[in-house]
Amino acid sequence: MAEPMKIRATLQGDVADVRVLMAHPMETGLRKDAAGKLVPLHFIQTITAQLNGKTVFSADVSQAVSRNPVFAFKVKGAKAGDKLSITWQDNQGDKRTDEIVIRAGS
Amino acid sequence: MKHALVLGLIAAIAATAAWLPAAAQTADPTAAEFDKFREIMEQDNPAELFEMKGEELWRTRRGPKNASLEQCDLGLGPGVVKGAYVLMPRYFADVDRVMDAEARIVHCMITLQGFTYAELAKQPFSSLTRTPEPVSLVTYVAAQSRGMKVAAPQSHPKERAAYAMGKEIFFYRAGAYDFSCASCHSVDDKRIRTQPMPNFTKPEQAIRAVQGWPGYRMTGGVMHSVQWRLEDCFRQQRFPEPGYASETLSALLTYVTVNANGHVYRGPGIKR
Amino acid sequence: MQHARRLIVQALGALVVLGPARALAAWNKGAFEAKSAIDAMRALGIGNTEDSKEIQIRAPEIAENGAVVPIDITSNIPGTTSISVFIEKNPFPYTGTFDFSQGAVPYVHLRVKMGESSPVRVVVAAGGKHYTTAQEVKVTIGGCGG
Repeated sequence: MAEPMKIRATLQGDVADVRVLMAHPMETGLRKDAAGKLVPLHFIQTITAQLNGKTVFSADVSQAVSRNPVFAFKVKGAKAGDKLSITWQDNQGDKRTDEIVIRAGS
Repeated sequence: MKHALVLGLIAAIAATAAWLPAAAQTADPTAAEFDKFREIMEQDNPAELFEMKGEELWRTRRGPKNASLEQCDLGLGPGVVKGAYVLMPRYFADVDRVMDAEARIVHCMITLQGFTYAELAKQPFSSLTRTPEPVSLVTYVAAQSRGMKVAAPQSHPKERAAYAMGKEIFFYRAGAYDFSCASCHSVDDKRIRTQPMPNFTKPEQAIRAVQGWPGYRMTGGVMHSVQWRLEDCFRQQRFPEPGYASETLSALLTYVTVNANGHVYRGPGIKR
Repeated sequence: MQHARRLIVQALGALVVLGPARALAAWNKGAFEAKSAIDAMRALGIGNTEDSKEIQIRAPEIAENGAVVPIDITSNIPGTTSISVFIEKNPFPYTGTFDFSQGAVPYVHLRVKMGESSPVRVVVAAGGKHYTTAQEVKVTIGGCGG
């Protein structure tokens, strides 16, 4: 069910400026659907980023993060050809991993 | 509490505008702040998720004819997507009609894939739980014109006729409130609450009718195309519902898009 | 055929975990369900906090839409290991913690939902101590159009 993320990484020296767009409803559990029923809590809880298989960044977040979350962070010690993968897990047991190869001057 | 805040804000904006010199009044400080952060957010825009989806849909065999859209002619030849969005609305000989981008995509979905107009027009706009395929497709197509100058053609007689009809519709007062598009969009510095209403009769403001659509709307986190925006305007004017992807809307889009010709299209945007 | 194959590859992509996923048991329920920033900080083991000018928050003074408020946070405090965000007037103020102990620069951009105008409070953990600053963000009703 999990839709793909869009990941972009720009190298500035050895720091990769990473921007990630995630597709997720981030339901707060407070919204009512068209029929008047409460839509259950459904949101990304954890995010990890790995450079060549080693975790370099992680986060725990709440349902207060906007729908279709956008995050940016910066990873040290990156170079062209490195694999950057990002994983999210949500409160309903769904998870998604996407990976890019960092390109020179990208 | 919120009501008081809105009134307070409007009072503050009005008070500020009262003593600013006339030229600076166009740059309402609140609107300028919104623009600044909107530009920041557009650099990493959830619209790109729909662009990805649209590209996948373009290449996927679908519908009763089990065909992809890769032979769809958006005006530059079958399958040529790059640069096509900024050259629409335009005349298409195979239908002897001027079409905007979404109308053309709908046409290709009907002729190449075997979908019917009735099923595509039934629920053509995004909801919290569903994004119709044409919306993702037009987002993909529009993104392929990112950074290009708007250049809707006026070389064919029907393109010129569409411009004239679009202009007439734009100024046509009707409905219970005797509104026209021009009621809100033909004068400088109009605003509804915190949203500025650009003057589409002026080229440097007409670009705002094109720029930002398709747009990822923060309210609800949904993707909307300009077909949605026009339908919503008609609703707000208490007009009858316009036909989805109809000639009426292609004409209206011809009028505002041609007015914006020469300005750069930055790609799908973020809307409030 | 192509379509089916694509679907299978996509589904596999969603299931495969390419490395150790963060243990969900570590997600601090007590802090995330706290109804005040103070209670959330207590649940997170954040004791005294010292005001700091070395934490930069860049957020709109007035947000166009409370559903998507962009926030940029940079910590210039040496030895920063984490940045935590609290939206004080939200029903559940604790919004998240970003960890920089493993090779990331102490910077993060996130977009949050704000129910009403509120201080956005940031707490930085560095060298065993906690530092804090806040910025007020006003939230308005949008309007028609757009």
